Amino acid sequence: MNKLFVKGVKHGLPIGLGYLSVSFAFGTQCTDSGLTILQALLISMTNLTSAGQLAGLQVMVTQAALASGLIEMALTQFVINLRYALMGLSLGQKLGPTMNTPRRMFFSFANTDEIFAVASAQPEKLHHHYLYGLMLMPYIGWSLGTLLGAAAGEILPEFVTSALGIAIYGMFIAIVIPPACKEKPIAVVALTAAAISICFRYIPLLSSVSGGFVVIICAVIAATLGALLFPVKDEAPAAEEVEA
Amino acid sequence: MTLTWPTYLLYLLVMAGVTYLIRMLPLTVFRREIKSVFIKSFLHYVPYAVLAAMTIPAVLESTGDLRTAAAGTVVAIVMAWRGHGLLTVAIAACAAVAAAQGLLMLL
Repeated sequence: MNKLFVKGVKHGLPIGLGYLSVSFAFGTQCTDSGLTILQALLISMTNLTSAGQLAGLQVMVTQAALASGLIEMALTQFVINLRYALMGLSLGQKLGPTMNTPRRMFFSFANTDEIFAVASAQPEKLHHHYLYGLMLMPYIGWSLGTLLGAAAGEILPEFVTSALGIAIYGMFIAIVIPPACKEKPIAVVALTAAAISICFRYIPLLSSVSGGFVVIICAVIAATLGALLFPVKDEAPAAEEVEA
Repeated sequence: MTLTWPTYLLYLLVMAGVTYLIRMLPLTVFRREIKSVFIKSFLHYVPYAVLAAMTIPAVLESTGDLRTAAAGTVVAIVMAWRGHGLLTVAIAACAAVAAAQGLLMLL
């Protein structure tokens, strides 16, 4: 097997595990709201996003007039998923020469928060074999979890799903901490974003802002601060990159 | 009243279409290498800002119990700080949550 592909699959495994538990909950919610198992599965297989799907499900089942419902669907998805545009711009700068247009179009389908984060943390320019490997397990985990959740509802004991729920965050922590220890600017940016995020969660008026927007606001403020205080010199640090 | 298939498919098309276009266009259409130091720096910091914002405070609510989530978080931070890989840290966090759940049941 191709080494880069295998490396990608390995990196995607914790994402897939985390997705399994999150999408399981989504699947349960779909059938609870009156969708069939196949309808639940198709949503996950064509969207691959958590917050957007949850909001989309709500729009689907509110039974508004079709035209206004479709407009509401488009607007909701646009707002909640706008952060992907920012991530796409950022990741676009890291793609290697093998990423031609068709491959970009194919991979971009799977540019979720988690896949973006792992891919961005790679020191080298990204090869399509690595990215294809990286998207595999998350896609399987997300689809399979939805299917199981929709079909089985409460079969999986809560004990297991709640333990799996932290997998994605454990991975996030593993991505941020090492570079934050090495480079103070990254630590400052991450702590700033975390502080703003806490404000949006617990301050009454701010807590009504949707999750997708919160991520955009935190990212824009913290990354702007980082760019102003600690502009990145053109020479990317090359020597320290080998260990990953 | 259940959702009919034609209606469902229309919704699905709009939902998946908008989501895909938002992801695909910036990654596919915008191909130039960015020269501005500010924008480059900004984009360099975006992933870390995004991750931190998504993790905190959500991680503490990820298991449905603040105590088990805190146990998992602390284990993840220590393991990550020691330089363990993504999968190892993720599994260790899950194991810590499971252990904390077991402990709470015994108490």
